[in-house]
Amino acid sequence: MIEVKDLNKSFGSKQILKAISASFEEGKCNLIIGASGSGKTVLMKSIVGLIKVNSGSIIYNNDTDFLKIDDAGRKELRKQIGMLFQGSALFDSLTVEKNVIFPLNMFTNMTYKEKMNRVNECLDRVNLKEANKLFPNELSGGMKKRVGIARAIVMNPKYLFCDEPNSGLDPQTSIVIDKLIKDITDDYKITTIVNTHDMNSVMEIGDYVLFLYNGEKYWEGHRNEIMNASNHQLNDFIFAGRFFREIKEQNNKRLSDEKNN
Amino acid sequence: MTFLNHFGRYVLLLKSLWVRPEKTSIYWREIARQMVEIGVGSVGIVVIVSCFLGAVVTVQTAYQLTSPLISKSIIGSIAANSIILELAPTVTVLILAGKIGSNIASELGTMRISEQIDALEIMGVHSSAYLVLPKIVASTIMIPLLVIVSAFLSIFSGMWVGEFTGVVSKQDFMTGAIQYWIPFMANFALIKAITFGFIISSVSSYFGYYTEGGALEVGRSATRAVVVCCVLILFFDYILAQLLL
Ligand SMILES: Nc1ncnc2c1ncn2[C@@H]1O[C@H](COP(=O)(O)OP(=O)(O)OP(=O)(O)O)[C@@H](O)[C@H]1O
Ligand SMILES: [Mg+2]
Repeated sequence: MIEVKDLNKSFGSKQILKAISASFEEGKCNLIIGASGSGKTVLMKSIVGLIKVNSGSIIYNNDTDFLKIDDAGRKELRKQIGMLFQGSALFDSLTVEKNVIFPLNMFTNMTYKEKMNRVNECLDRVNLKEANKLFPNELSGGMKKRVGIARAIVMNPKYLFCDEPNSGLDPQTSIVIDKLIKDITDDYKITTIVNTHDMNSVMEIGDYVLFLYNGEKYWEGHRNEIMNASNHQLNDFIFAGRFFREIKEQNNKRLSDEKNN
Repeated sequence: MTFLNHFGRYVLLLKSLWVRPEKTSIYWREIARQMVEIGVGSVGIVVIVSCFLGAVVTVQTAYQLTSPLISKSIIGSIAANSIILELAPTVTVLILAGKIGSNIASELGTMRISEQIDALEIMGVHSSAYLVLPKIVASTIMIPLLVIVSAFLSIFSGMWVGEFTGVVSKQDFMTGAIQYWIPFMANFALIKAITFGFIISSVSSYFGYYTEGGALEVGRSATRAVVVCCVLILFFDYILAQLLL
């Protein structure tokens, strides 16, 4: 479990995160949703310590306050964290295989053969075969995300962070990536946190959903509750598209029909 | 940002490099890779620049020394001294600063803005040490070697150009070069080259590592790195001359 309490962050005079508290459930897919610019990336990067917050606490495993531990402790904790970045952040001077093997080279004493087995296992897991020798600039956006996920899980992390895993992907590929994240979370019992503004993902995989609006928490709950939430900003966000609006209208109609009968 | 801000952050970056490497073998391999990139990758430009520098300094020295009272070998002595004191360790290095400095700054800048540095940090890698330290070590070793190559090539090209153009014979040139040779000049050139090698790699790493923004800023960081490196090289050129000569 990851608990954040009263997180505040400003850039200059502009406050981006306003007193955010949340607890991300263990072994579940936790989603942070919100419009572009609402502070999702800043929140995620704060939780993993890439951005220094102004105040608050971030507690991993019920005991370690991430903001108070020393450098060595942070390094240790980070070895349990895998992260997929918004732009994939693959090392562009290295091939797919070398990207994925990188953390193993750095932190383990496995033999080359063991490492390669692990690399291929992870690449298989994300359904990426025969791309081992390609460079990142030879991959499509969806393939890059997959390599990013493979690299993130190669060390068997306890926590997986994904910043907009399906931005820039077509709906079908998005669903594949979502499903992949969900499966990995369930199979390996990882605590996963995903940033997204894709309502499809929310409805597919959101075990716990945190809605940010202008850097404030406006709503939290399970995906099943989201359609009937009464929060005005959340409703605007979810029902911005016609598709979800129509579902809601049909839903309401069915409910009122049932009531009348 | 003020000069002091930059200087403070630069010192902190250098201080952050003193950590125990996650795995020494990977750092060695990275140093070797950088040595090839910086050293071997710059041989071509060093050869071209040095040949022209040697030729120019010989022809121009000869042009100034027209008096029949002055022995021709003086041309060789002046040319060799200028090459060893200034042309090889400073002028060549200024050109290397353009190549290596912009290379380092744009590589690190791109890694920064595309979140590759964040990705390293998340894995638990000490990103500054892993990325910057090998570059500084490699450059501080390779630039002096390039300067030695440059000095030899310049002197030989000066000698041959003197011979071909008829301003001074090979024998006269070499006699002069050896007659007025002061061994300390070689040490001085090496001290300069080591200093400049350190300046180029550390300063351009600083500008690259702390790039903020987008692709435009990467370009800006690279330009700034080269400009600052050049100014610092000339500044320390003077300081070292004042202190050591
Ligand atoms: N380094 C920074 N310096 C100053 N302001 C920043 C910085 N990083 C982010 N911001 C600001 O913080 C706000 C939130 O940005 P953030 O990247 O978290 O949005 P987001 O929710 O991830 O949006 P998107 O869905 O487009 O990725 C933005 O208004 C942005 O201008
Ligand atoms: Mg974002």
